[in-house]
Amino acid sequence: MSQPTTRPQPTESANKPLFRGWTPTSSSMNPYIPPAFITLILLVGHLSFGILESYQRTILAIASSMACELVLGRLLLHKWPNLASSYITGISVGILLRAPGYWPYVVCALLSITSKYVLRVKGRHIFNPSNFGISAMLFLASDAVATLSIQWGNNLAAMAVIWVLGSLIIWRARRFHICVTYVASFFLFSIVRAWMTGDPWLSEFSPITGPEYQLFTFFMITDPKTTVRAKWAQCVVAFFVAFAEMFFRLDQSIYAPLYALFFVGPIALLIEMVWTARHPVSRPAAIPAQA
Amino acid sequence: MKRIPVARIAVTIFFIGLLATPAFMRWRLAQRTLAAHTSLDPQQALARHGFYLQEVSHAAGIDFVHQAPTLDSKLDPIMPEVASMGASVSIVDFDRDGWPDIYVTNSKEGSRNHLYRNMHDGTFKDVAEEMGVADVNQPGTGVSMGAVWGDYDNDGYEDLFLYKWGKPELFHNDHGKGFTHVTAQAGLPAWINANTAVWFDYDGDGLLDLFVGGYYPEDVDLWHLKNTRMMPDSFEYAKNGGRKYLFHNLGNGNFEEVSARMGINSRRWALAAGAADLRGTGHQDLFVANDYGVSELYLNDGKRFHEAGEQAGVGFAPKSGMNVAFGDVLNDGHYAVYVSNISENGALIQGNNLWVPKEDSAAKTVSYDNLARDMGVELGGWSFGAQFGDLNNDGTLDLYLTNGYVSLDRNRSYWYDFTKIAGGNSAIIGDAKDWPAMEGRSLSGYQQKHVWLNDGTGHFVDVAQAVGVTDTYDGRAVALADLWNRGVLDVIVANERGPLLLYKNTVAPGNHWIEFDLRGTASNRSAIGASIELNWNEQKQLQAICGGCGFSAENGRRLHFGLGKDPHIEKGVIHWPSGKVQTLDALTPDKIYTIEEPK
Repeated sequence: MSQPTTRPQPTESANKPLFRGWTPTSSSMNPYIPPAFITLILLVGHLSFGILESYQRTILAIASSMACELVLGRLLLHKWPNLASSYITGISVGILLRAPGYWPYVVCALLSITSKYVLRVKGRHIFNPSNFGISAMLFLASDAVATLSIQWGNNLAAMAVIWVLGSLIIWRARRFHICVTYVASFFLFSIVRAWMTGDPWLSEFSPITGPEYQLFTFFMITDPKTTVRAKWAQCVVAFFVAFAEMFFRLDQSIYAPLYALFFVGPIALLIEMVWTARHPVSRPAAIPAQA
Repeated sequence: MKRIPVARIAVTIFFIGLLATPAFMRWRLAQRTLAAHTSLDPQQALARHGFYLQEVSHAAGIDFVHQAPTLDSKLDPIMPEVASMGASVSIVDFDRDGWPDIYVTNSKEGSRNHLYRNMHDGTFKDVAEEMGVADVNQPGTGVSMGAVWGDYDNDGYEDLFLYKWGKPELFHNDHGKGFTHVTAQAGLPAWINANTAVWFDYDGDGLLDLFVGGYYPEDVDLWHLKNTRMMPDSFEYAKNGGRKYLFHNLGNGNFEEVSARMGINSRRWALAAGAADLRGTGHQDLFVANDYGVSELYLNDGKRFHEAGEQAGVGFAPKSGMNVAFGDVLNDGHYAVYVSNISENGALIQGNNLWVPKEDSAAKTVSYDNLARDMGVELGGWSFGAQFGDLNNDGTLDLYLTNGYVSLDRNRSYWYDFTKIAGGNSAIIGDAKDWPAMEGRSLSGYQQKHVWLNDGTGHFVDVAQAVGVTDTYDGRAVALADLWNRGVLDVIVANERGPLLLYKNTVAPGNHWIEFDLRGTASNRSAIGASIELNWNEQKQLQAICGGCGFSAENGRRLHFGLGKDPHIEKGVIHWPSGKVQTLDALTPDKIYTIEEPK
């Protein structure tokens, strides 16, 4: 855990901020499109299917996340942080976490944001915030929380809209290769799992057609702050997330993708840090710490 | 310069505190549920909780074990999950001897239903064969899912409607001496895959009408499937289930199906329903709990129904509704509605709903808050039937909940595979052949039941184990009745693939009670829909007679009020379905009153 650092100068692969919390990859991308997209998913999902436990819980998660970011940013960095990434973290917690009570939403949002400031290596946080918060809650409070897994329309049209829109946005953000690699890997490993378990292949493929994976694929594994830099390496990491997920699934872990990212993501970053330290000239600049 | 390290230390401690919060919350919950896990000591239970329950079915002459159906072999891989309902219990005094009898359904093809006549000596005798209501599960006619009793022709004897995955059956009670099969004359449909039915007089004409809620679509014959695309197309938004029926009683033994005309038009997967005058309008509203979706609230304006679930707040968040029970849990003259759902640690936490009407609810726009968590009745496992009743006669309504879905191998769970498929696209979830085989695994099996005692301050405490409820069968239906006219509520539980349980209640001396046996004249003879608001010791409680509530259950017809110690009863006010209001004065505790509607 080291002190958060300020944002360094953009590199050739990081031109202008897309929005705080995402590495800029395209100057043509409006920085507020990703937060707007996830808000759109929330609203469409809720107005169409009532996906939220309640507005209050989601607002609570968002407010807790943003307030925590403000306080910690001010306290530790002495500046008012941009709140876009904490907004996405809060809204992800609000959508993905399912709990009848209020406290899990607050604790999960606070854990997610605080992890960015506490769990750091060489000034860089190594866990995807919402992945960390939700995984921690699922592990520590399994009697009180679950994740969004079935509370969605199971409807092809709604799913297609989100996949198409998400793909376009992620394409513009130049991170579509991560999604494609992950989905292709999941497809491959679903065949392997079906062969190993004897279950119908569609039952193995089924999870990725659900809502949890839409958020996971577009917003978690593509988060620039907690992914490695090189394009080929991002694909390798996405492959290994799906690979690790296969083992969690074979162990019948319901939250396999979240746990897979929880372990694979930081390990990949640590490897990259070591590699970068040993080959400082040949690698692009490290991703700045998130404020 | 020193602020940052100090701040970092503080933030780190804060972070550790956050990680420890779930453990603290779990410890708090464990403290609250401690009583639920204490083994039974009768004297201690009487002293602490005011009652205890003893399972006496064998001693009472009942050794009934429910048998599940065997459906089309295409469903073999997931048969335990699909063929998982059918155990039901309904209480009826079919021979009008003043002692409650018990009717239980069986669901194996060719199996017999049982009608246990109360022998007045603590035992029961099965008379279903001689009465003609046993052999109702013949192959080709489907199998029983539940039964509700109501005197549809007002001849003074309760008639039987049997709903099935199959051919619905209506039996006329021939003055307690036998039953006549009158389905054909009644004009009922040839086949309904129903899991709920309710007798109620929706139009106030003095004749009982009948609501029937379909689960699987009515064109599906579960023994001869055309294909395997008969599963819900969504785990929480399914609208491809069975249709709903509202049969208007024409008074000549015939019923006319009027659901569409009356505003009931739904294909959600209904599992439970109940009718009550939720707004004090004099008209019976209809509450339907749906599996794989939101609940529906049909408000009755006297001419037709208007679905208002979303506006009322009960039809907003989709869950897996499996129970509808009404209870004045706050002793304020308003019904709360208890809807059971699924909660499984580490997999799915839906939480049960206790819908309590908002204080500012106007009659036309009733709205509810879910206070299940605040009042302590939220987490009940894979919950099924539940009923409100004052189990210790202290003057407040308690809640008995049974649960457990499929108990097979204790050490292997189907939950992972269940969630894998349940979250998928409708094309996948809707086809049974896509579902992984259960292979003997359990799905929320062997669960502990819940007996929640109302402490009178808006909180319930689970005392199940401490008062003797220790079974872990796959519970389905719960009915409450004063089986032996002792002034206490006994509990009867029907279990899927398990025994019928009779929990005989023993209440500590000192707590008083009063019971009312109502008989309609202008209203339907069964007095279904009649309510009593009892006022005593400057408090009041509202109860009504239901023609089927809970899950696949019907309580004893008699209304039971616990009164606590030293009760002074001010009055009882009866609201009859006909609109008549009758005030009862000079009521004395510890008596059963038989009240006939004034002509």
